[in-house]
Amino acid sequence: MALSGNDGGRSLLPGAAAVVLVTAFLIILLRVENQKAIIALLALGIGAVIAANRLGLLKPVAHSFSEREDALGLLAIVATLAVGVVFHEDHFVLLLVCTVVLYTVATLGLSIQFGYAGVLNFAGASFFGIGAYTAAVLNQHTAVPHLLMLLIGGLMAALIGSLLLLPVLRTRGHYAAVVTIAFALLFKTFLEVNDVLGGPQGLQVRGMTILGWSFNDNIEIGGVELSFYLNYFVMSMMIMVLAFVVVRRLERSWIGLNLDALRLDETAAGCFGLNIVRWKITAFLLGNFLIGVAGTLHGMVVGFVQPNNYTFADSLVLVSILLLGGIGNPWGVAVATVIVVIVPEKLQVIQEYRFMLYAALVMIVLLFRPEGLLPRPVRRYFPGWRP
Amino acid sequence: MTQNPAPREEMPLVLEARGLTRRFGGVLALDHLDFDVAQGEIVGLIGPNGSGKTTFFNVITGIYWADAGHVSLDGAEITRATPQAIYHAGVSRTFQRSRLSLPLSIFDNIMIGNHKRLNQGLWFNLVRRQAFKAEFEESFAKAQALVEVFDPPLARRMLEPVAGLPMIDRRRIEICRALISRPQLLLLDEPSAGMTHEETSQLMDDILEVRKRLDGLSIVIVEHEMGVIERITNRCVVLNFGRKIAAGTFAEIAADRMVQEAYLGLQ
Repeated sequence: MALSGNDGGRSLLPGAAAVVLVTAFLIILLRVENQKAIIALLALGIGAVIAANRLGLLKPVAHSFSEREDALGLLAIVATLAVGVVFHEDHFVLLLVCTVVLYTVATLGLSIQFGYAGVLNFAGASFFGIGAYTAAVLNQHTAVPHLLMLLIGGLMAALIGSLLLLPVLRTRGHYAAVVTIAFALLFKTFLEVNDVLGGPQGLQVRGMTILGWSFNDNIEIGGVELSFYLNYFVMSMMIMVLAFVVVRRLERSWIGLNLDALRLDETAAGCFGLNIVRWKITAFLLGNFLIGVAGTLHGMVVGFVQPNNYTFADSLVLVSILLLGGIGNPWGVAVATVIVVIVPEKLQVIQEYRFMLYAALVMIVLLFRPEGLLPRPVRRYFPGWRP
Repeated sequence: MTQNPAPREEMPLVLEARGLTRRFGGVLALDHLDFDVAQGEIVGLIGPNGSGKTTFFNVITGIYWADAGHVSLDGAEITRATPQAIYHAGVSRTFQRSRLSLPLSIFDNIMIGNHKRLNQGLWFNLVRRQAFKAEFEESFAKAQALVEVFDPPLARRMLEPVAGLPMIDRRRIEICRALISRPQLLLLDEPSAGMTHEETSQLMDDILEVRKRLDGLSIVIVEHEMGVIERITNRCVVLNFGRKIAAGTFAEIAADRMVQEAYLGLQ
């Protein structure tokens, strides 16, 4: 861990305060049921962020994150676990939080593809679905250990995604995106007409079991009944932390630099020895692998898979999370996933209009803050490092 | 020009192009061009707009393939090599329209040019962070030392994005990006474009200074400012319509009737 020595405590404080405040806000938001109270809370939250921005309070927070990311990352993990503890018996909230965490993992995958390598993938939900279907099929027909299954789900997504490599490598920009849209539409149709995979009704997915520990049984510790979703919550968190570390290290390495270089100017990058094909393939496969792993676990969390869960519209939601959060900034992805997943669930008035809400949100962001809520800062290979 | 050493004809050839031809539709952008560069030489490549100077660079660096002819670097054939292979063989370039990655830092931009000296392994980059840090710190010191030759204040801003820098600094960084991998041959495509007279002259001082330290570096420079050509080149080649119309020292070609016609439109 690179600590910045003398100003240690001071640079940590704004970031820590931000993490604590956001967590407290989130807990209250998840707790409140009254619709009017929720609207008031959301308005308060938006107002507070705008006011903090006006008062220049967000700058020290950003500085704090760029200097002391490791410490703040640990704090963020503790804060998220605290949310789990507060809602230890609430199935609904824990399921929601699991979804947020796994969507974050999937969007981190997209962020490698689009944010770094510039390959826009409009089939994110399809690769998420490949993971979930892998879990369903393997559970039905084999006794593959479930931890291994997560790996297989990710590999399946990467493998099937490699079918798209040739067209994606041969086209640039928008055209590559169109290829992925075609794949997303084909994928859903394929699932619907395929009886082995359950057709439109889909399949059941058995819950996760690791070394005899069944994730679908409620836990009792010292007379306190805990929701079984807590198992999945902890598992999801572990995967998210791993994904976060991978994405962070990737960005802060020569590979991250290669991906940026080829996104920004393929010709110039090629003139300096960069193997464009190799790095585009690496980014695309690695991204799909992360999406697939998240999808596999998500399939086991919700207990069933069906084609309607993995439509083109769901892929758009993943892309809108990326645009909203700040392309290439993993913290932005996490914040945006919280907003996009939790707000429509809590605010039932807008539930039916949620796609309209996403569309409006993306347009507002692109108009007024094109780099997203938390724009990606200039690369620092080691936080706090100084020449 | 006393500060230009005489062309070192006894030095071995770094670049050897023979009969290089490139067509775009009906246009002959390069027409049976022979072009040699000896080790340690600075060669000026001049000619009116559209005479094939940039096409020549693009063919040498593998962006375009030659329709006919051969190019060899240090005796090894590179005619049909990819841009990647040619970079690895020791040719670096700058671009006429500065092609830096603007959102990236100065350091990042220079490291793009250092590709072949950096460990690109997935395991090394993601897992062996201590080893990576050592390589990072070493590379940082090297890049900073190189920028310092050009402009010491700029060397203290290595982690700032390039987007906010003035043209002269961007040119400096582009040249550093081309030099960091210690190439044998540097191709400079109009380094003075978009800069004032004073800035250009300053940049040329820097280039001469760097060359002193990188012994044996050969340079081909495309330039419209004759003052620059006169000052830094050992030898010049003049192109018109893709063909070599004159070659020699600056004084010789400046006196050449065909050059005057092509350039100045003298009747």
